[in-house]
Amino acid sequence: MNTQPLVRVEGLHKSFGPQEVLKGVSMEVHSGEVVCILGPSGSGKSTLLRCINFIEEPTAGLIFVGDEIIGHRRTPDAAVLQQVRESEIARQRQDIGMVFQKFNLFPHMTVLENITHAPRLVKHIAAGPAKATAMDLLEKVGLANRAGAYPRQLSGGQQQRVAIARALAMEPKLVLFDEPTSALDPELVGDVLEVMKDLATGGLTMIVVTHEIGFAREVADRVIFVDDGVIVEQGTPAEVLDTPSHERTKAFLSRVLS
Amino acid sequence: MTRDSAATVDNMTTDAAKPGYRVIPVRHWGRLAAGIVTVALLASIVVSFARAEIDWSVVGQYFTYHTILTGFMVTIVLTVVAMVIGILLGVLVAVMRLSSNPVVSGIAWLYVWIFRGTPVYLQLLLWFNIALIFPHVGIPGVFSGRTVDLVTPFVAAILGLGLNQGAYTSEVVRAGILSVDEGQGEAAKALGLPSGALMRTVILPQAMRVILPPIGNETIGMLKTTSLASAIGASEVLNESQHIYLVNNMIMELLLVSAIWYLIAVSILSIIQYYIERRFAKGGSSKALPLTPWQKIVWFFTTRRSLA
Ligand SMILES: Nc1ncnc2c1ncn2[C@@H]1O[C@H](COP(=O)(O)OP(=O)(O)OP(=O)(O)O)[C@@H](O)[C@H]1O
Ligand SMILES: [Mg+2]
Repeated sequence: MNTQPLVRVEGLHKSFGPQEVLKGVSMEVHSGEVVCILGPSGSGKSTLLRCINFIEEPTAGLIFVGDEIIGHRRTPDAAVLQQVRESEIARQRQDIGMVFQKFNLFPHMTVLENITHAPRLVKHIAAGPAKATAMDLLEKVGLANRAGAYPRQLSGGQQQRVAIARALAMEPKLVLFDEPTSALDPELVGDVLEVMKDLATGGLTMIVVTHEIGFAREVADRVIFVDDGVIVEQGTPAEVLDTPSHERTKAFLSRVLS
Repeated sequence: MTRDSAATVDNMTTDAAKPGYRVIPVRHWGRLAAGIVTVALLASIVVSFARAEIDWSVVGQYFTYHTILTGFMVTIVLTVVAMVIGILLGVLVAVMRLSSNPVVSGIAWLYVWIFRGTPVYLQLLLWFNIALIFPHVGIPGVFSGRTVDLVTPFVAAILGLGLNQGAYTSEVVRAGILSVDEGQGEAAKALGLPSGALMRTVILPQAMRVILPPIGNETIGMLKTTSLASAIGASEVLNESQHIYLVNNMIMELLLVSAIWYLIAVSILSIIQYYIERRFAKGGSSKALPLTPWQKIVWFFTTRRSLA
């Protein structure tokens, strides 16, 4: 691929106090690509995702998404970057959707309001068009009949599909998924993965932290294996999942596949 | 085990069909006895009030006396204005305290420390006598004046009560904000909401369920605390009652007039509080909303089994 990558992470470090969680991560994701991140618990996968949209501020390193350098602005001097304030970071985040393990729907809003809230408030889209877009998205995730429900009235799988629709309503260039099916009962996982497969087929750029090896094998263009704050290896699903070259990858896979 | 089954029977008795059996409901002898004792005590108190040398016609006569009515209005206005100031300040200070800027959160902490740490009565006296420290106030070029002219008893009462309330409310609001799951803020951030909109449309509405019950209580408390303003001569209802009984010596009668007005206002506030809380319970729980008091009364008299 010679084209400019959509996402470029360069030398990312993140520490919480004395504990260094990310120890220099660099990676690229091209437009339309689906990248699955695998790794043991505590290896820093969530932290990596949360640094990409600056919910967690990196200790060192840069995140390029499209033309933006998250948290920074270019200056006339190419060697100098200006840090930007929180309101500017909020604007940069509009292009980066995120889907959480625990859904995090707004409980005081209906399904429809959850989806239209940010487009109306942040992008100043009028009520009518915002609702039309939301209904299209609900149709896509198979929940058009639940628009008026409150999140608590929905099953976990339904809530997660609403959360996906909510992220898509901002028309992001990139969507980050942090273990989107880990909090779900096994019989509900399939519906959510199905929606994500459709999105992948539709050309959405996705970075997915997951323990669903089957999904990674079937949908991912590339799999990245992270352990102890570094990328241990990456490649096509076949390369990483079937013929891993590192001992740590082999050990991890034998644990999750057994 | 036996307790459990007893409770189950108790919950199901009344009309539950149990083919072939006559079911004897549990008798609550303790409740019945307590009810009788309470009613007897109440009756004796009512009787002693009725027999005492209280001229109830005076109570009736002064109940709608014009200075009493204006005094009551002042009480209401003081309560409303002090609470509005208190809530606005409270939200502001709560957000300041949660700020990552140590100067901002430090100032907020200092404010709470001072205003929550001293008696509100003392604060009222301080504001009333503020001219001793700042004889003149003003904004250069806009206006200026003598503090004594500006800080009337009413203004001193508003300042004292409002600033004190702000300190308490900020703690309530802070607890409410902290009660909202962190994931909510993260989800709103990830959608690109700026911090102001995030606080206003995502965090605070959810914090309301925690914030409102104590705010309701504090509004009721404030209604009564305004009576302290009589000490600095603010003409609220208790102060007006005192003015009258210092002249006609009908002390108990006029105190009762004030008491009745307070009870009326508190009752109305309690009802308002109840329905506001119900409204904000929306979406917060999968359980059905509890019965309103009216529905409870209807339930009590239609099922006839709560006393015995
Ligand atoms: N806000 C925080 N403050 C302090 N430590 C944190 C914080 N967030 C994460 N950590 C620590 O960073 C390490 C990596 O956490 P992270 O959540 O990124 O792991 P993960 O790979 O997503 O694990 P899992 O598969 O369990 O979700 C853990 O040791 C965790 O305790
Ligand atoms: Mg994680």
